Amino acid sequence: HLASSLPLPSERDHLRPRIDLIVFMIDITSKYSLKNVETSLAYVDASFFLGKVCFLVTGVGRVNACSIETNAVCKLGDTYCSPVLFCELELEGTRIATAQRLVRMLGICAGHIRGVSALSFVSLMRKSDDD
Amino acid sequence: MDETVGEYIRRTVLKIPRNEIKMILQKWGFLSEAQLQTLNFHQIKDNISQEVVQLCEENSADIKQAATLDIIYNHVYQNKRMWSVYQMKKSGEELEYFDITDFKKKFKRRLRSTLKNVTITFKEYEDNAIWIRVAWGTPYKKPNQYKPSYVVYHSQTPYVFISASVLKSNLPLLCQALIVASNYHDIREMELRSHSLNSLKDIVFKRYSQNFQTYSPKPLQGENVEPENADIRIVHENRSEKERIHRLNQEVFGSGPQPKLEFAQYRLETMFKSDPKMDVLDKKEPFRCLVKFSSPHLLESLKSLAPAGMADAPLSPLLTCIPHKARNYFRIREKKGLYPESFVSP
Repeated sequence: HLASSLPLPSERDHLRPRIDLIVFMIDITSKYSLKNVETSLAYVDASFFLGKVCFLVTGVGRVNACSIETNAVCKLGDTYCSPVLFCELELEGTRIATAQRLVRMLGICAGHIRGVSALSFVSLMRKSDDD
Repeated sequence: MDETVGEYIRRTVLKIPRNEIKMILQKWGFLSEAQLQTLNFHQIKDNISQEVVQLCEENSADIKQAATLDIIYNHVYQNKRMWSVYQMKKSGEELEYFDITDFKKKFKRRLRSTLKNVTITFKEYEDNAIWIRVAWGTPYKKPNQYKPSYVVYHSQTPYVFISASVLKSNLPLLCQALIVASNYHDIREMELRSHSLNSLKDIVFKRYSQNFQTYSPKPLQGENVEPENADIRIVHENRSEKERIHRLNQEVFGSGPQPKLEFAQYRLETMFKSDPKMDVLDKKEPFRCLVKFSSPHLLESLKSLAPAGMADAPLSPLLTCIPHKARNYFRIREKKGLYPESFVSP
């Protein structure tokens, strides 16, 4: 399901399946995009932040057009305990690789992979010098 | 043939891309078809231009013909120049019959009465456009053919499009001559400038597609919001929002192509509003600031902002009023009473 912002329109509630993974896409060339994501985060139920949220930053190939600092995005990821992925949609290679990663994550979040759950992502997020 | 004329023709030919030289020379019509056949258009431009000058020598070209070639070049490559729009005002309501010969006579007479050394050339085109080229001199110097001004006048309208030369001081003289020749009594510069002459014409002649508040048919035309409906596995949650944005965009911009402008400039003379505790600019003077939007095609990019998710719809009226108000230079002052912004009339 694709949405341009949250909250999702209520008229489609009955048509929507269970949500296993939310990927927030941030376009690095648009400050508006980051602002949109920040306001949408407020509408996400807290239980999703146990591994079912991920940030995807796109457009990283365009070094000259960056409007957002990667620090800001990484801080966002830290605040919400969610991984941050970087990708360039225009390049087929990284696009396919990122899609495969997301599908893998989705599989784990949906409980399709035995022995691994979404909570594992949270533990993987902790930095090595925290211990 | 005068050497300077030959040199001018040579330099004009050099400006033309090689594969279009033949076409332009044919439009010019000064060299016969037989002469054009003798030219080898596959050699380097330097040589082509030399050969052209030789042929012109045979035909004894003078500055008039050279100027006509220059007008043709500028008509074909009109988008290389920056054009400004001027509007003329009539004193009364008399609809006088426009006589082109009378216009030319009066124009030349008016200019020449003040400045003897000018080269004035006219060329009429099918769309009722009269192209005027003026090369300026001084009382002591011959006209500088390399820095002329160009005027495009549509006789059935009060609009004149001017691409002034660098010698700006001649502009008042040019304007004077225009109003005298066309029987108007005043002329003012509009705050509208662009490289695309046709787009400027579209804006002032209202030829671009505007959306009228009458019955607008449902979007049955192929212009659909999301052409990627091919994959049914993708569900768009905000379809109604997308349609709302699309509809708003259509209302504001219309469904046709937009006139081509390269920039919009807003000169702000508003007060800086900050937290009173911050104590910034307590002098209460206007904060001078210039905001300039540039783009290869400004209006199309504004039109695509909301659908691309880069801005909220509806866009600020300051941006969307550009074609309706026929201006892309604005001066914004403080809010005064009822009107949100007052635009300065030039």
